[in-house]
Amino acid sequence: MNMREGEVRIPSGCAIAAVISKEGKRMTAEKIMDAMKPMHDRSNGLGGGFAGYGIYPEYRDFYAFHLFFDSRDTRKRCEAFLKEGFEIVRGETIPTRKIPAITDEPIIWRYFVSPLRSVLADLQLDEKEFVARTVMKINTEMKGAYVFSSGKNMGTFKAVGYTEDVGVFYRLDEYEGYSWTAHGRYPTNTPGWWGGAHPFTLLDYSVVHNGEISSYDANRRFMEMFGYKCTLQTDTEVITYILDYLIRRQGLTPTEAANVIAAPFWTTIDGKRDAYEKAKLQYLRTVFPSLLVTGPFSIVLGFDGGLMALNDRLKLRSMVVGELDDKVFIASEEAAIRAMEPNAGKIWSPAGGEPVIVAVKEGAY
Amino acid sequence: MIIDTQNLDHRAINEAIRKAGNDCEITGCLGQRFLCAGMTGGNVTISGGIPGNALGAYLNGGTVTVRSNAQDAVGDTMNAGEIVIHGNVGDAVGYAMRGGKIYVQGDAGYRAGIHMKAYREKIPVLVIGGKAGSFLGEYQAGGVIVVLGLTENDRRIVGNFPGTGMHGGKMILRSECRDVVFPGQVTARAATPEDFKEIETYVSEYCALFGGSTKEILDSPFTVVTPDSKNPYRQLYVAN
Repeated sequence: MNMREGEVRIPSGCAIAAVISKEGKRMTAEKIMDAMKPMHDRSNGLGGGFAGYGIYPEYRDFYAFHLFFDSRDTRKRCEAFLKEGFEIVRGETIPTRKIPAITDEPIIWRYFVSPLRSVLADLQLDEKEFVARTVMKINTEMKGAYVFSSGKNMGTFKAVGYTEDVGVFYRLDEYEGYSWTAHGRYPTNTPGWWGGAHPFTLLDYSVVHNGEISSYDANRRFMEMFGYKCTLQTDTEVITYILDYLIRRQGLTPTEAANVIAAPFWTTIDGKRDAYEKAKLQYLRTVFPSLLVTGPFSIVLGFDGGLMALNDRLKLRSMVVGELDDKVFIASEEAAIRAMEPNAGKIWSPAGGEPVIVAVKEGAY
Repeated sequence: MIIDTQNLDHRAINEAIRKAGNDCEITGCLGQRFLCAGMTGGNVTISGGIPGNALGAYLNGGTVTVRSNAQDAVGDTMNAGEIVIHGNVGDAVGYAMRGGKIYVQGDAGYRAGIHMKAYREKIPVLVIGGKAGSFLGEYQAGGVIVVLGLTENDRRIVGNFPGTGMHGGKMILRSECRDVVFPGQVTARAATPEDFKEIETYVSEYCALFGGSTKEILDSPFTVVTPDSKNPYRQLYVAN
C-alpha cells in the first residue's frame, strides 16, 4: 500500500554518485543509473537527475540549453528572446519515454546556440558571461520558462521522481559521455518540483549535493552582489553559483575553491607546517569569508573535462571513492560503487574538506 | 544455511535471518540497511557483497561477521553481542553503543565511537586495527575505544579533534600521539604497565580474529586518553 505524503516518515538522506573515465572513454548512463538503485531509500521520489559530459560531440561548439516551459506560448516567447542574442542552430524537444513513474512533465526542449558576435561586441561581454546573464534573465524574468542546463557538450536531465526512473524517462541509455553525475533527492525545505531537482547548473558547471547548508542566506546575499539570482530557495543553487564565481570569474583552481567553501578551521591552518600552504589558506579565508559554506554537505561538481568531489569540513555526510582502470567512481555509499563496478579497488573516504579532483586526459574530451 | 540476498530488501533479509534461527551465511548483499538489527543471538556471516548502513543496530547478542568493508553507523546503539568487520568501516561506527564489542580489522571513518556510554557491567569495546578519522570518541561518555594504527601509510593514527566533548570512558591509541592535538578537557598520558595488561586483552582478541602477533603489536608506546575531571565543561559555550 502506498501511503501519501504526511502519513509516513521515511528516515533518509539524499544520494549522489558519479563516474568518470580519465581516458575520456565514453559510456552510456546505464552504469550511473545502476549506482542509484541500492541507494533508492535515500530519496523519496521528489526529484532525481543526471549530468552527462561529452554527450553532444556533434554540437560541441554550441551551448546546449535545456529548458522547461509551462506552455507553447512561453516557448515561443522564449525562442524569440533567444534569437535576439543567439544563433539557434537546432531546437527540438528532448526525447522522453512515457512511463507510469514520471507524470506531469512540463514541455522540455533543448536548443544548441551560439551568441551573436555583434551582440557580444555591443555589450562588451565575453561569451560565457553573456550566456550566464541570459540564463539568469530567463530564470528570473520569464515566468513559466526555466533553463536547467547551459553548458557546451554537456547536459543535465532532471525530473520529479526516483532517479532510476528519471534516467529511463530521458532515454539516457542512448547518450554517451565520459563523465556522469547523478542525484536522488529527499527535499527538506522546498516542495520538490522539476526545476528544483539536482543537478543545478550554470554553463558547464553542475552540482549534485547531499546535505543541508546552514550558511545559505549569508552565501546568497554575497552572491547577489555579483548578479547571481537565487530563484529556488534551494541551497544547492547557491553552491553552484559560488563555484562559478570562484572558478570562472575569480580564476581560482577547483582546489582553491574547495579551500574557500570548506575552509579548514583556523586551528587547523595554524598547525600547517608548509608556510606557503598556510599563507594561502589564510589568504583565501580572509578574502572570501562570506563564501564559507557551513552545515552538512557532500557534493560533486562536474565541469568540462573533469569533476571534483568535496565534503563539508566536519564531514557530516558520507562519501566514498573507488577506482578501476581508467574509471573513478564516487558515491554516498560503497554499495553504489559496487553496483557500478563490483571489482572497483582503492576504496577510500576523503576527509572533510579534502577535495578529490579527477581530470580527463588533455585532448581526450 | 546460505541466504542469497540479491533482489531482497532489508525486511525480507532480516525475516530470512530470523527463520534460519539467526545461524546463517548471507551472500550477494548490496547496501541493504539494518541487517541483523535487534538480533539477540546466533551467528550471522555476511560473506559476499557489502551490507548497508546501520548494520547490527540495536544488536542485543550473538555475532555478526562481515567479510568485506561495512558502511556507516555499524552497531548503532548496540547493547550486547559482537560485530567483526574484516575490512574498513564508514563513519560513526559504534554510535551510542552501550554494550558488546566491535572489532574492525582496517580503518574507521569519522566519529568512531561517538556517544559511547557504559553502565555498571555494561562496558562497550570498540577496537579499530587501522587508523581512525576525525572526531574519534566525540562526546564519549563511557566504554573503551582502541586504535592500533596498523595500516601502513603516512596518515596520523587519528584525524583532527579526537575526544571533543568526551566526558567518560577511555581511548587507547597505539602511538605517542606527539602530533595529535587533544582538547583541554581530556588528559592524554603514556600507558602504564597496568594499562598494558588491559591492552593485551584487546590486542590478543584482535589477533585471534584477524591474525598478527600480539607481542609485536604490544611492542610500541600507547597513549591513554580520559576526561580531565579537574577541567570540566563548565561554561564551554556561554557564560551564564
